[in-house]
Amino acid sequence: MTASLQELSVPGPTVTALTEPFWEAVKSGRLMIQHCDSCERSVFYPRAICPHCWVDALTWTEASGRGKLKSFSQVWKPGHPGWIPATPYLVGLVELSEGPTMLSHILTEGAQVAVGDALHFAPTQIGDRILPCFKMG
Amino acid sequence: MNASWSKAVISGIGELKPERKTDGINTMDLLMKVSAQAAQDAGLEPGEIDGLLVGPQVGETPQHVPATVAEYFGMQPVMSNVVDLGGASGPGMIWRAAAAIEMGMCETVLCVLGNHRNPVSPRSPNRNPAREFDTPFGASGANTSYALLMQAHMAKYGCTPEDYATIAAGARANAQLNPMAIFHGKPADVDDILASPMVTSPLHLLEIVMPVAGGEAVIVTTPEKAKRSAHRPVLLLGAGEKITHRAVSQAPSLTSGPLKPSIARALQQAAMDVSDIGFLSLYDCYTIMVAATIEDAGLCKPGAFGQWLRDNDGMGSDARQPINTHGGQLGFGQPDLAGGMTHVVEAVRQLRGTAGGRQIENCETALVTGNGATMSEAVALILGGAS
Ligand SMILES: [Zn+2]
Repeated sequence: MTASLQELSVPGPTVTALTEPFWEAVKSGRLMIQHCDSCERSVFYPRAICPHCWVDALTWTEASGRGKLKSFSQVWKPGHPGWIPATPYLVGLVELSEGPTMLSHILTEGAQVAVGDALHFAPTQIGDRILPCFKMG
Repeated sequence: MNASWSKAVISGIGELKPERKTDGINTMDLLMKVSAQAAQDAGLEPGEIDGLLVGPQVGETPQHVPATVAEYFGMQPVMSNVVDLGGASGPGMIWRAAAAIEMGMCETVLCVLGNHRNPVSPRSPNRNPAREFDTPFGASGANTSYALLMQAHMAKYGCTPEDYATIAAGARANAQLNPMAIFHGKPADVDDILASPMVTSPLHLLEIVMPVAGGEAVIVTTPEKAKRSAHRPVLLLGAGEKITHRAVSQAPSLTSGPLKPSIARALQQAAMDVSDIGFLSLYDCYTIMVAATIEDAGLCKPGAFGQWLRDNDGMGSDARQPINTHGGQLGFGQPDLAGGMTHVVEAVRQLRGTAGGRQIENCETALVTGNGATMSEAVALILGGAS
């Protein structure tokens, strides 16, 4: 990585009223996901009602922040030009210990990565906002 | 739940030569040109076409697409719709056209897709979950999604970079026999593929389709009207479709996709085994897509596509089961959504026996696959030549 992530000018999330609690929590260093009180499953990304049972019983709960790497890619030629100064960087699919998978930015700090590696939540400033990134270990 | 297809026939095809740039030409012009070709190939007058299936036109005609196209073409269809399944849109149109004809809602359907490629195209105006939860992390565009699928496949089965590159090399080799292909006259072997720049690991540049302008059209009609075409009628023998997700993070599996049940269903309707299929016309936006499709089709065990391709003697018209003889989209170019329809058009040529220097001997059946988004929108068709 040649440029610091804070200096990037890249698209941020398109936050809606429904997803705002998720992004607000990230700012204060917490990973909040939804839990269904009807079918007891965890839900990510945020929904209006549970996508598993279609019952309106979702409550925000703090996730453990632990997960494992399901897959990853080292990006050399990004889809958005704003990311070019940060190449190469790693994106990955993080399977949270609660069940759902989220795509995230993986901060490897120079380490080699492999599918199955353990990860932990590491809120990080990218551009002018804090995003729910992950670190190895 | 089963379908039997008996009243619909593919009788016309049209195809534009892919181009890297089309300064000042709009999509409508291309759609009209390729549609006229297909109507002429089917031996039909424009007034005889009473059904219209089109694709979405992001940025140019966001709404009322069928009415806009019909008006431009001077048509007044009695059945029309937008089929919005990404790369599966083309094959998805074929069974929908056949279903509308079977139901008696119309007699002859024009299925058409195409796109211009002008210098400045607006960035996507999307405001959906993929835009909110993938893009901010540096993962915009299809490349990273398919790289994630490929990495997961490699990690699970231990396939080598050479295994995947063989698919791109095979597509390039086939493109050398198709003067229409964007890579005609530009062969590339496995070493060339692996020496091309890494775009997003493990995907090399030459494992990714080249975007081009172009257009593809297909006419589906009744057996009676199909007699007006000079060519052998091509029958729809089976179809399957499934949509499982949109963003790659939400995929139920990273190594097997919705083509698996779609192909199984199409084969079941056609009462055929995949090993009996004469031509495999497999959607190939990336090398990993063909690898996953060979495995999902049941041609070999998961993870064994590399050995299967070697046993198949490659992908050419003389292979045991030839694959993507037009060069695939990896060799022909990807005219946006029309890219998926190239696999239908090439299958029709092979079944008619009009594929020229790349004709497969005695080609009687074809499996056509379409794939959209992140290995998440799938359509499979079994086509056969009329006896
Ligand atoms: Zn629920």
